[in-house]
Amino acid sequence: MFVILAVLIACSAMATVLTKSIVRAATYLLFVLLGTAGMYFLMGYTFLGSVQVMVYAGGIIVLYVFSILLTEGGKEEGVFKRTVKDASWGLILSLVGFLTFLGVVLSHPFRSLPLSAPSETASAVTSIHSIGSNMLSTGDNGYLLPFEAVSVLLLACIVGALLIARKR
Amino acid sequence: MPPEASTPHRDQGTPHRGTGTRQRANEISNSITMDYTIFILLLPFLSFLLLGVFGKWFSHKAAGLIGTAVLLAVAAMSYYTAYEYFFMTPRTAEGALPALMPYNYTWLPFFVQGLSFDMGILLDPISVMMLIVISTVSLMVHIYSFGYMHGERGFQRYYAFLSLFTMSMLGLVVATNIFQMYMFWELVGVSSYLLIGFYYTSPAAIAASKKAFIVTRFADMFFLVGILIYGYYCHSFGFDFNQAGFALGASMLPVALFLMFIGGAGKSAMFPLHIWLPDAMEGPTPVSALIHAATMVVAGVFQIARLFPLWIAYAPSTLHIVAWVGAFTAFYAAAVACCQSDIKRVLAFSTISQIAFMMVSLGVCTEYTTGHEHVGSLGYMASMFHLFTHAMFKALLFLGAGCIIHAVHSNEMSAMGGLRKYMPITNITFFIACLAISGIPPFSGFFSKDEILTAAFAYSPAMGWVMTAIAAMTAFYMFRLYYGIFWGTENKELHAKHTPHEAPLTMTFPLMFLAVVTCVAGFIPFGHFVSADSRIYDIHLDPHVACTSIIIAVASIFLATYMYMGERQPKADALAEKFGRLHRWAYKRFYLDEVYQYVTHRIIFAHISKPIAWFDRHIVDGFFDFLAWGTNALSFRIRGLQSGSVQQYAFVFLLGTLILLAVMAFA
Amino acid sequence: MMFAGVFGFLTRRSTLAILLSVELMLNATDLNFAVFNRMLHPEGYEGYFFSLFSIAISAAESAIAIAIMINIYRMKKHIQADGLEEMKW
Repeated sequence: MFVILAVLIACSAMATVLTKSIVRAATYLLFVLLGTAGMYFLMGYTFLGSVQVMVYAGGIIVLYVFSILLTEGGKEEGVFKRTVKDASWGLILSLVGFLTFLGVVLSHPFRSLPLSAPSETASAVTSIHSIGSNMLSTGDNGYLLPFEAVSVLLLACIVGALLIARKR
Repeated sequence: MPPEASTPHRDQGTPHRGTGTRQRANEISNSITMDYTIFILLLPFLSFLLLGVFGKWFSHKAAGLIGTAVLLAVAAMSYYTAYEYFFMTPRTAEGALPALMPYNYTWLPFFVQGLSFDMGILLDPISVMMLIVISTVSLMVHIYSFGYMHGERGFQRYYAFLSLFTMSMLGLVVATNIFQMYMFWELVGVSSYLLIGFYYTSPAAIAASKKAFIVTRFADMFFLVGILIYGYYCHSFGFDFNQAGFALGASMLPVALFLMFIGGAGKSAMFPLHIWLPDAMEGPTPVSALIHAATMVVAGVFQIARLFPLWIAYAPSTLHIVAWVGAFTAFYAAAVACCQSDIKRVLAFSTISQIAFMMVSLGVCTEYTTGHEHVGSLGYMASMFHLFTHAMFKALLFLGAGCIIHAVHSNEMSAMGGLRKYMPITNITFFIACLAISGIPPFSGFFSKDEILTAAFAYSPAMGWVMTAIAAMTAFYMFRLYYGIFWGTENKELHAKHTPHEAPLTMTFPLMFLAVVTCVAGFIPFGHFVSADSRIYDIHLDPHVACTSIIIAVASIFLATYMYMGERQPKADALAEKFGRLHRWAYKRFYLDEVYQYVTHRIIFAHISKPIAWFDRHIVDGFFDFLAWGTNALSFRIRGLQSGSVQQYAFVFLLGTLILLAVMAFA
Repeated sequence: MMFAGVFGFLTRRSTLAILLSVELMLNATDLNFAVFNRMLHPEGYEGYFFSLFSIAISAAESAIAIAIMINIYRMKKHIQADGLEEMKW
């Protein structure tokens, strides 16, 4: 299952950045996001996975598709930068970065833990009940302050987005 | 030792000879505070601010009234100060008037040798006398300007500048130390500059104001150097001349004093530095009366009088140089005045000549103490007396000239003649002033000039005869002027176009007031109030000197009458013809302006300023131009980095991150 | 996924495509946080909550970014990154 998801994510991500049409790119991105959500489910983080599906796949992608249609629509000319040189530099840098990261990850000695079968504690930790109480508590593992900060941020975003995009 | 023995007593802080006198001085200072004197300075300053900043919202009338009302208050306070100072203040044990210091604040301490820059008010006989002179003339000029400047553009600005000038001049005379004096001295120069250039649309006025400012500034540079030498060697900027420092600096004092005199010579238009004053007549005539006849130009005389004890004690020979400079200036100016045709220029040269009289009078002094007749300090009193009377009658002459110019719209004598029918009041007051300046009793000029001549004779007979001759020339040119304006040929065609008429009351009232002052001022027992050591000095008229001067003056007047009174002037023309070259030279002021022009343009500009300018332009500027150019070029090179392309930034950022990572991983 | 995003960010011309690449990168980090949390500290919450907040913030970010894009499009009639260089001054 993990392999399927990983291949899906990797391929879709490549397709997102390589495809010429932006609408298609957005669609491929949707697959990436859904694949990520699948990863979350696989890890037992069901809440995170559902949030990913709802917010990303349901909200953001729709927003992107709307804005793409509002602006350039399906125009396909000139996907990459003017010269091949620019693109190839980007490609080289990305590959070098990828290889570096790969090297770092592979050289790190991970403890071997059972991938499937989430433990009792872990599922307890990630139950919606505990998430809710953690989110709104001010104690040791409380996230009330970031929670409130994010809510304020979202409000500011709504106002700001309206302000920027409104018709003059 | 004169300064030890008889310097007027200053405030409580200074050393006095005995405890008794100190106590007495304390009592005096306590009983008479004279706090209100600060308002004499503050009021005109406030009026300057008010009119200068908010002037354009006032009507002409309101602005003039504010200025005049303030001056009226200042004059009233000055008179009260004089009354309180001369009559209410008890004299010291030696019979001298004490010097009071109602205010003296340390403004900027220098932390070196106990030097500090103080601001305050010093009242002593000469400063109180100057208060009266300045406030009176200024008040008269304020009233007069109401009529003269009627309807001019910038009327409010004019009154603002007048207020500024009055404030600075008053500040100058009551200065407690030479630095404060210098500060107000410069303020006076600035306001003079502003007022000469009042008609700033006229190129001649601008040139004149620049000339006045540059020439006096040039002289003031020497004044400043003198002050600094004085402060450095004598450890004092004050006017307390019995401090220990003066003995220390005795060797440098003549130099310092002479440098200060150069500054004074610039303001007082002494010979080589006089060139700005005739041109300064481009300003409005009341300004000429106030600044360039009565008050500012005597600042140099006042400065010498202020430092008089030092001159006498440490630099008597330098003082006599001053006398000879003065005598030459007096002669030169009188000679030029005989040939000028612009009435304001005649008056300007007459002013130079009369101020030179005061300089001579100070310069011939040999002693500090007063006592018996004909002593060496007579000249001090005579000089101050002449300053006082001259301010009144010269202001009168200028204001009269203003009325005439107002009437005929020209400065040239050729446009005048026969004006006595049209302008009776101006005629009479002008006549009185001419008599006064010529030295005819009982007008004030006689008394003061007579004292000067007496002092000159007491110094040396040669000086005495020179000054008597100059006095005769004075009488001659003044009556030449008088006849040229009020008698002589009438310029019919000009007058037919525009009939001259008497000026309004606002202009004639100051004339009448000053004429009355001129009539009675000679009978003031001036020596009781102002003398070298502030003790009572009775004026004696030397019969020989008096008779000689009267006879010579009357003779000169008759000569002038003979030559200039008639409808035509064959004698004068013939004389001018005969001494054609001399006449032309004198008319051109002996080409001194041309000499200056030559020296400044051909020599200084061409051989000194030009190379400096070249150096500045090519080396100094070049260096900074190179810096600027280098920065510019470098910026052009690196500005490609600021491409505005987000992706490029991201690329560089990522590259940097990877390099950092590589460094951390492999190092 | 991360470096696919990087590549896209560096090479795409359309700003919207760049934004999509940004989303890719964000998503990659979210996934990393969640995975590390799960693999290394199964009892902890930190990575989990980080991912959660990151999702919220990326939603906000894309809303603002899209608003800006729409505005730019209104002004310039295109949203090509190459043509948006006036802001450098």
